[in-house]
Amino acid sequence: MATLKITGLQVSVDDKPILKGVNLEIKAGEIHALMGPNGSGKSTLAYALAGHPKYEITGGTIEIDETNVTELDANERARLGMFLAFQYPVTIPGVRVADFLRHAVSNRRDPDRKEGENLIPMREFRKELKERMGELGMDTEFARRYLNDGFSGGEKKRMEILQLAMLKPRFALLDETDSGLDSDAVKVVSEGVNRLCGPDMGVLIITHHERLLEFNKPQFTHVMLAGSIVETGDASLAAELHTNGYAKVRERHPEEAAEETSEQEESLASV
Amino acid sequence: MSTASIPESSLAAGFTPEVFEEFLQTRDEPEWVTQARRDAFELYQEKLAEPLDQEEWKRVDLRAFRPGKFQLRDDSFDAGNLGTLMLDRADFAGSVVHVDSHYARGSASEELKVRGVLFGDLATMLREHGDTLRPHFATRAVQAGTDRFSAWHAAFWTGGTVLYVPTGVTIEEPLYSLIGLAQAGATDFSHTLVILEDDAEATLLEETSSATSDAPGLHVGAVELLVGRNARLRYVQLQNWNSKTWHFAHQSGRVESNGSLQWTVGGLGAKMAHIHQDVHLDGRGAEGQVNGVTFATDKQLISYYTQQTHHAPDTRSDLLYKDVLRDKARCVWRGMIKVDEAAQQTDGYQRNDSLLLSSTARCDAIPGLEIEADDVRCTHGATAGRVDVEQVFYAMCRGLTEYEAMHMIVQGFFQIVTDRIPVELVRDTLDKAVERKLGIGE
Repeated sequence: MATLKITGLQVSVDDKPILKGVNLEIKAGEIHALMGPNGSGKSTLAYALAGHPKYEITGGTIEIDETNVTELDANERARLGMFLAFQYPVTIPGVRVADFLRHAVSNRRDPDRKEGENLIPMREFRKELKERMGELGMDTEFARRYLNDGFSGGEKKRMEILQLAMLKPRFALLDETDSGLDSDAVKVVSEGVNRLCGPDMGVLIITHHERLLEFNKPQFTHVMLAGSIVETGDASLAAELHTNGYAKVRERHPEEAAEETSEQEESLASV
Repeated sequence: MSTASIPESSLAAGFTPEVFEEFLQTRDEPEWVTQARRDAFELYQEKLAEPLDQEEWKRVDLRAFRPGKFQLRDDSFDAGNLGTLMLDRADFAGSVVHVDSHYARGSASEELKVRGVLFGDLATMLREHGDTLRPHFATRAVQAGTDRFSAWHAAFWTGGTVLYVPTGVTIEEPLYSLIGLAQAGATDFSHTLVILEDDAEATLLEETSSATSDAPGLHVGAVELLVGRNARLRYVQLQNWNSKTWHFAHQSGRVESNGSLQWTVGGLGAKMAHIHQDVHLDGRGAEGQVNGVTFATDKQLISYYTQQTHHAPDTRSDLLYKDVLRDKARCVWRGMIKVDEAAQQTDGYQRNDSLLLSSTARCDAIPGLEIEADDVRCTHGATAGRVDVEQVFYAMCRGLTEYEAMHMIVQGFFQIVTDRIPVELVRDTLDKAVERKLGIGE
């Protein structure tokens, strides 16, 4: 069974340590929720897993199955099945959704494909794209638009889910995919994720709301504080955090809470 | 480069008075044409003694340029191996091919002739249709006296494509013109002349090409586009010389009342290119759209001096240039919108966007306005920036390699301007040219 294994992961941004040894194992078919207050390192974990060059891995390993991907760049990880749904999807003017996705899908399905080599056949691709768009309630006209250019917040998030559906990754990291969406949009996104979740895909949902988790029930909930995962529980932990906030968590983990405070003071002092 | 590498021609290298006299002996043309050449040569010598306009030339370094190393050919030399991006890829109503500044071959459909359209090479056309063409040739759009390059061109032009479309005639299929350089040290002094009478409509696609990648070449050219009332002209010039070629050109379009000129320039080749491009909106309601796609690599310098001049009320001009630069390449764009006092209610727009793919590339974009009317809308802008690393990362997260991502971003950058071009062949050609320059599929 496919496994994403994160061991002792330490990550710095601009020489500032953010993650201080994260351990996490996600198996295909599982839904994990990662929660935590702002600045605790959730998005850093997502970017580091995806392979953003600014997020420097200073210790630990990331493995997909038995393959150590720690040193691989983002595109190699993507071809092996890593997928990050961005909190703030990037606009690429002049690049049509369909062209972009056709290249992406071709690389994902043929990880050894080199630039300029055959893309997946147009007919097959169009048919599939049209079906996936239909399932997400997207107008097929979107395929001709420029990637995220002039899209509303909800349209951008839906585009992320469309890409997820087309690329069929083994591990999907959803970084605040529910933020900035009204409840109808959250529902559409959740249904999309639900449809895609299955025995072949593991999911990490990063959120500090509970809305997405209502639709996509996690088997595991992890709480991050000051760059470490301090607690792991089941869906009820997510519900508890939603009701009571992080005060209780901080009480239970005074060491990390203190670190969190000193970091905040530090960042305030540097302003 | 040694002079020994230049093949035999009856003409010596360089552009001295002796060469000029010899050159005239090789020409079989009407007296008025010869006299115009003599006047232009006199001007050329005067202008050579004067400094160039600093405003136009201060960013263009001509110190390495040696005119004396180039040689006029007195014959046509048809190299079959000219690389072309457009020929054979579509049906044209007619085509004209020039090599080393001389007419090499061409064709025009019978239908064009029946409808009174003239399409062919300038030397022949002036001999056979001088009465029709003389009022338009080098009188209204590009004049000899502008600077040393225009005078030089007017004295030594040898060929060029002519398109004359009579009143009310529409040519649906595009016409095609290929300008080639083949022999080392050869020159191209081609003069493109397009005349659309009132209510006429046509599309002319022109491209320049070198037969080899290492033969030095020189282009001192002129383009004249004369658009009559209610006429519509689409003109494309894709400059795709090898990287050893110097390219100097005066290009000018004039549009009469309610006429429309859509002008697309592609700047891909040349060691150094400087184009003086003018659009004159002469009649009420005239419209000019200028699209520019430039991709400079290695040590290329590509420079444009563009002017959009509104002479009449209710005129519209819209210029969009997009430049991509890599390696140590440089682009210069100096743009000017001029509005005459009489040209009220005009709408002028100019914009240049540059995308820098390396830290050693450089772009200078200098927009400007000179407005004498008081009720106009003129806007301009220029941007320059590096490829956004977040865009690259996003694409890489979807499985694209860094190169693939960069290429896609570059193509997207150009897409915004190619979207404005209605001719599919031109869009495809520009895509192909960009792909080739990026090295995709090699």
